[in-house]
Amino acid sequence: MNAPTTPTSLERAEKLQGMGCKRKRVEDVRFTQGRGNYVDDIKLPGMLHGDFHRSSHAHARILKIDTSKAKAVPGVLAVLTAEDLKGVNLAWMPTLAGDVQMVLADGKVLFQNQEIAFVVATDRYIAADAADLVEVEYESLPVLVDPFKAMDADAPLLREDIKDKTDGAHGPRKHYNHIFNWQIGDRDLTDAAFLKAEVSTKDLLSYQRVHPCPLETCQTVCSFSKITGELTIYGTFQAPHVIRTVVALISGLPEQKIHVISPDIGGGFGNKVGAYPGYICAAVASIVTGLPVKWVEDRIENLSTTSFARDYHMTTEIAATRDGRVTGLRVHILADHGAFDACADPSKWPAGFSNIVTGSYDFPVAHLSVDGVYTNKAPGGVAYRCSFRVTEVAYAIERAMDIMAQKLDMDPVDFRVKNFIKREQFPYQSALGWEYDSGDYHTAMQKALEATDYWKLREEQKARQEAFKRGETREIMGIGVSFFTEIVGAGPSKNCDILGIAMFDSAEIRIHPTGRVLGRMGSKSQGQGHETTWAQIIATEIGIPADDIAIEEGNTDTAPYGLGTYGSRSTPVAGAAIAMAARKIKAKAQMIAAFMLEVHEGDLEWDVDRFRVKGNPEAFKTMSQLAWAAYNKVPPGMEPGLEAVSYYDPPNMTFPFGAYISVMDIDVDTGVHKVRRFYALDDCGARINPMIIEGQVHGGLTEGYAISMGQEIAYDEMGNVQGASFMDYFLPTAVETPHWETDYTVTPSPHHPIGAKGVGESPNVGSVPCFANAVNDAFKFLGSTHIAMPHDAYRTWLAAEKLGLHS
Amino acid sequence: MIPGSFEYHRPSKLSDAVALLGSLDNDARLLAGGHSLIPMMKLRLAQPSHLIDLAAVTELKGVAHDDGDVVIGAMTTQHEVIGSELLATSVPILREAAMLIADPQVRYMGTLGGNAANGDPGNDMPALMVTLGATYVLRSASGERRVAAREFYLGIYETSLRPGEILATIRIPAPPKGHGYAYEKLKRKIGDYATAAAAVVLTVSDGKIASCAIGLTNVSDRPLLAKDAAAALIGGALDKASVAKAVAAAEAIVSPAEDGRGSVEYRTKMAGVMTARALARAFARASV
Amino acid sequence: MSKINVAMTVNGKAVSAEVEPRTLLIHYLRENLSLTGPHIGCDTSHCGACTVDIDGKSVKSCTIFAVQAAGAEVLTIEGMAGADGKLHVLQEAFREMHGLQCGYCTPGMIVRAHRLLQENPSPTEAEIRLGISGNLCRCTGYQNIVKAIQYAATKINGVEFKEAAE
Repeated sequence: MNAPTTPTSLERAEKLQGMGCKRKRVEDVRFTQGRGNYVDDIKLPGMLHGDFHRSSHAHARILKIDTSKAKAVPGVLAVLTAEDLKGVNLAWMPTLAGDVQMVLADGKVLFQNQEIAFVVATDRYIAADAADLVEVEYESLPVLVDPFKAMDADAPLLREDIKDKTDGAHGPRKHYNHIFNWQIGDRDLTDAAFLKAEVSTKDLLSYQRVHPCPLETCQTVCSFSKITGELTIYGTFQAPHVIRTVVALISGLPEQKIHVISPDIGGGFGNKVGAYPGYICAAVASIVTGLPVKWVEDRIENLSTTSFARDYHMTTEIAATRDGRVTGLRVHILADHGAFDACADPSKWPAGFSNIVTGSYDFPVAHLSVDGVYTNKAPGGVAYRCSFRVTEVAYAIERAMDIMAQKLDMDPVDFRVKNFIKREQFPYQSALGWEYDSGDYHTAMQKALEATDYWKLREEQKARQEAFKRGETREIMGIGVSFFTEIVGAGPSKNCDILGIAMFDSAEIRIHPTGRVLGRMGSKSQGQGHETTWAQIIATEIGIPADDIAIEEGNTDTAPYGLGTYGSRSTPVAGAAIAMAARKIKAKAQMIAAFMLEVHEGDLEWDVDRFRVKGNPEAFKTMSQLAWAAYNKVPPGMEPGLEAVSYYDPPNMTFPFGAYISVMDIDVDTGVHKVRRFYALDDCGARINPMIIEGQVHGGLTEGYAISMGQEIAYDEMGNVQGASFMDYFLPTAVETPHWETDYTVTPSPHHPIGAKGVGESPNVGSVPCFANAVNDAFKFLGSTHIAMPHDAYRTWLAAEKLGLHS
Repeated sequence: MIPGSFEYHRPSKLSDAVALLGSLDNDARLLAGGHSLIPMMKLRLAQPSHLIDLAAVTELKGVAHDDGDVVIGAMTTQHEVIGSELLATSVPILREAAMLIADPQVRYMGTLGGNAANGDPGNDMPALMVTLGATYVLRSASGERRVAAREFYLGIYETSLRPGEILATIRIPAPPKGHGYAYEKLKRKIGDYATAAAAVVLTVSDGKIASCAIGLTNVSDRPLLAKDAAAALIGGALDKASVAKAVAAAEAIVSPAEDGRGSVEYRTKMAGVMTARALARAFARASV
Repeated sequence: MSKINVAMTVNGKAVSAEVEPRTLLIHYLRENLSLTGPHIGCDTSHCGACTVDIDGKSVKSCTIFAVQAAGAEVLTIEGMAGADGKLHVLQEAFREMHGLQCGYCTPGMIVRAHRLLQENPSPTEAEIRLGISGNLCRCTGYQNIVKAIQYAATKINGVEFKEAAE
C-alpha cells in the first residue's frame, strides 16, 4: 500500500487555522441561534428577584425609611436597608481605589438614584411594585456638582464618614472634598523649560463624563446553600477571580466555598470590572433567605449609578521653540470622582496611567499633577475602553499638539512628525516614567498620509475656506489628525496590582490522549472572541488545529487565577501566558518525540505540527501522536500526561499606536456634521486574527465617534442627572455611524512571547481626539483655537454663533 | 421597566370601544400602537387602571377617498401610511414625514391616530395635520363630533378630546395636483424627537406662490401653524427676501423648551432654518 | 389584577398561558417560554435587542403586552433555523462576515434583518442602515452587520457577492 503523500508545510499550517488567519468565530454558533448564556437567562429553582428603591435627591440626610408598605406586598420576602447590612458589616464596602462606598444609603444619600433599600420578591414585577412603595423622608442638603468648586472654603461637606481623615489612601488630603494628589515628573526642570520657552500654550481641555453603556446591563444571580455554606455567584464580571477574592474578604466566607462564574457577557467596556451594591445585596439576600437571588439593573440605573467614565479636566501646557520643537509638557488634572472614589485602577495608580500624556512625542521634560475630588454624582470612574485614563490624556495631548501647531502656524502633521519619538530611540524612556517597548511612528504616519492623500485634502480645504469667505457655501471642512500611543497590558507585578493581587494572568492547557485540547485562561471575553483567538495562538504554538481546541473562561473553580479582561490586557498578558504554557507543552512533547524516535532532543526540528529528525524528514511524530504517547509511553522518570500552566508576570506594559485621519464637513447654520471619511491605521504588534482586529477597531471607533460627537452624562445644579436613558444618551444607529477604513503596520513588542500588544481600546483612544481635532480644524481659519466636546449640533452651532458666522 | 397593573379590554367594534371608554372611570386609556403609552407606563409616568386595546377594531383601519377628502382610519400604522399608494399620490407629505418618525419597528406599530391625538409636542403628525388643515372625526357614546386639527391642540398632553371620545378617522382635504410639499426635520439621531421641524404645503402659479401653509413641530407646547410666515409668501416668488420674512415670522411664534437638543435660542433659530429649507424643497417640487 | 389566558403561535408552536395583562411580551417569551434569545437592553424602546417578528411585522417585544399578541404568529431567533437544524442564511452570513461580537444585539438584529429582506430583497447599503436603525449595537460599529445582510441578500437572490472596496 502506498504511503499517503504528506501535505506541504503551508497546507498543514493553513489547516491549523492558527495565528494570523481570519478564523471564523466559535462563539457565533451559539450567538446567532440565540443560545448565548447570559446572566438574565439563568433560572434556578426558587429564584427570587431583587430591585432597589433609589434616592430622588442628590444630597440629603435620610430622616426615615418606611419599608412597611413594601414588606406587606404579597410575594415580598425582605426589604433590606443599611441597618440590616450593618449586621453583617456590609453596609459599606471597599472600593478598588482605596476608598469605601455605601452599599445602601447609611444616614444620607450622596447622588441621585443612589441605592436606599433592596426589595427581595418572588418575581421581578412584584419587586418593582414593592420598590415603589418604600417611603423615604429626606432633609435636603446643598448640592455640589461643579468639581472646580469642590475645594472652595464653603463647599458643602459630602463625605461625613471621612471628614476628619486628613490622610487618604493615596496620601494627604488638602480639603474635606479632596481625595488625592498624585504627581509624577520633574517639576523644577519642567517649570524651567516653561520659563524660557519661546512659545507656550495653556488650555483647559475637558473630557466630559460619559458611561461605557454595554448593551447588557450589570446583573447577577447569587445562590447560597445553607446546607453546604457554598455561595455561587453568576455575574457580569470582567474579572471573576477578583470578585471572588473581594467577596471572600468582605463577607468572611472561605474563598474555596465561593464559586464565581461569568457566563456570556453582553459587552463590558470597563463597566463590569468593579463590584456594585446590586451584587452585594443579592449575595446578602441569598445568604439570608437560602434561595438564589437575581438582580438585573435597568438601563436608567446603569447609566446613572453603575459608575461612569472620564470627567477629567486637564489644564495642558506645551512649551516649544519657535521652529516647532517641543521642550516641555506640564499638565494639571482635576478629576471628578463623584460621591465615592470607586475608580477601577491598579492600586498604586489613582489617576490610572495618565502619565502616558507625553503620547507619541519626545518631550525632554514633563510634569503631571492630578487632584481627585468628590461631588454629588455617581461614584467611579471606570476605564471605558481605555486602559486607565489613557483616553483622557490622549485627548489632552492630541488637542494640545493641534493647538500649538496652530499657534506656530504649522500643519498638525508636520508638527507631530517633527516631534515624534524616532524608531531608533526605542525602547524609549519617557519623561514621565514609562519605557515604551517599540514603535515606528514615521512609517505609520507616512502610510496614513498616502492612503488619505492628505496634502491634497489640505489643498481642498484651502479652496473651500476661500469659498466660505466669499459666501459661496455655508459648509466648512475639517481634517482631523491624531497619532496616539497608548499603554496597555497591565501589568508588571512591580507596579501593578488590584487590591494587592499582582496583575499577572494565566493559562492552563491540557492535551487529551486523542490529541484534542482544553485551554482555560484567567481572562474573560465580553465579545472579544477569546474562544476563537486563544485557540489560534495554541494551534500555532503546538501544531494542533484550532478546531480541536476548546477554550473556557469565567469559571473561577476551573480557570487559573487571572485578573480579567479590560484595559486591552488580555492579549499582552493572558496571550503571553498561553504562549508560555504551550511552549512548556511543546518542550515536554519534544522530549517524548526524542525518546520515541531514539534521537537526542537537539536532533529534532519543529515543522508546523510535528517534530522531525533533522536531515531525515520521514522520521517524525505529530503533536497528535505525541499526545497519545504522553499517556502511555513517556521516557523513564517523566510524568505521564501533557499539560502545563503558566502564570505570566509581564516585564513591561505594551504600547500600541496608531495614525488616524478624518475628514468632516460642518453646516455652520445648524451645527450638523457629516463624516466624509475616517481612516484608522493601528499598530498592535503581531496580529492574531485580522478579522477580529478589524471588528474591534470598528466598534471602538464607533464608541469614540459617539463620545466626541454627543455623548454626555450631565448634572444640573440640583444634582439631577441628565441624559441617563436612551432618549438622550447618544448611541449612534447604523445611519449616523460613519464608514470606517482600517489599515495597519506591524511593529512587534520585543518583550512579548508572540510580539502582540493588544488593540481593543486603541480605536477609542485615537478616534476621540481625531474627531475633536476635525471639528476644531474646521473652525481654525475663522480664529477659533479650542472648542470643547461633545461636538453635538447645538454646541457646534454655538461655536459658529460665537465666531459671528450667523450675522 | 415594569408597568403597574391594569385591566385589559379588547373590543372588536367601535361602538363597544366607545361604550367601554364612556363607562370606565377616567383612569382608562386607549391603547393604539402603544409606543408612546407603554414606554410611559414602564417608567410609571402613566398608570392607567384600564387599557382599551383598539387593535381589533377594524372600522378604524383603511385609507380611502371620500368627497374630495382623503380619509384615514386612526389605527392606520406609520408603516401603512408609508406603503399606501393612495397617500403617495394624494398626500405625499405624509409619507415623507412618516419616514422620519422613530425607527422601522416603531413604525410597524405606531398609528397615525395615536401620533395625532396624544398631545405630545414631540410628535410629528400634529404639525402635518395642522398644515394640511385636517379634520378629526371623534366618536363617543353620544355620536360623532368633528374638530379641526388647527383647533385641537391646547397644550402639553392637552387636546380638545373629551372624556369618552376616540379619534376615529382623519379627514384631509387632498392638496391640489402639482402642489409642492416638504417636511424638514432636524434631529440628533434616528429615533429622536425633532430639535425643530417644519412642514410646508404650497402651490405655485406663474412662478408665484399661490397658497402656502407652514406647520412647526416641537418648538412650543403644541404644533404651530405659522400663519404670518405663510402669509408673507403669498403672491410672490420664493427668494432670499421673502424667505427671510417667513423665517422671521416663524421664529417670532415659537417658544421651544431648552433640553438636550439645545438652548431656546438655538431651537428657535433651527425652526427658522427648517422653515427655509422646507420652503425651498417644496417650491422646487411644485409644478407651476 | 386578574390574569388572562393568552394563546399564540411562537416559532410554529401553539402556546398558551395565564398572564397578567401587564406582562410584557419580552418577559412572556423569556420567562414563560424560556426563549432567552431576545434580550432586554434598555427601558425606553430604543435599542431593539428584543425585536421579534409578529404576523410579518418587526416589533420590539418590550413595548407590547403579551395579551396584545393573542392569536398572532410570533417568530424569535430560536425559530430562524430550519426544523432540521439547518441555519438560516442570515445566521450563516453573520458568522461569515463577523457581524457580531458579544452577541447581545444579535438575535434582535437577525430577526429584524430577516423582515428587512422580506420588505426589500435587494437593499442598498443606505437602505440596510436605515432598515436596521431600530437596532443598536455597541460592539461592531454596524459595518460588518451591513456586510452580513448584503451577503445574505445575495445568497437568497442567487447572485454573486462583491465586497465593496474599502
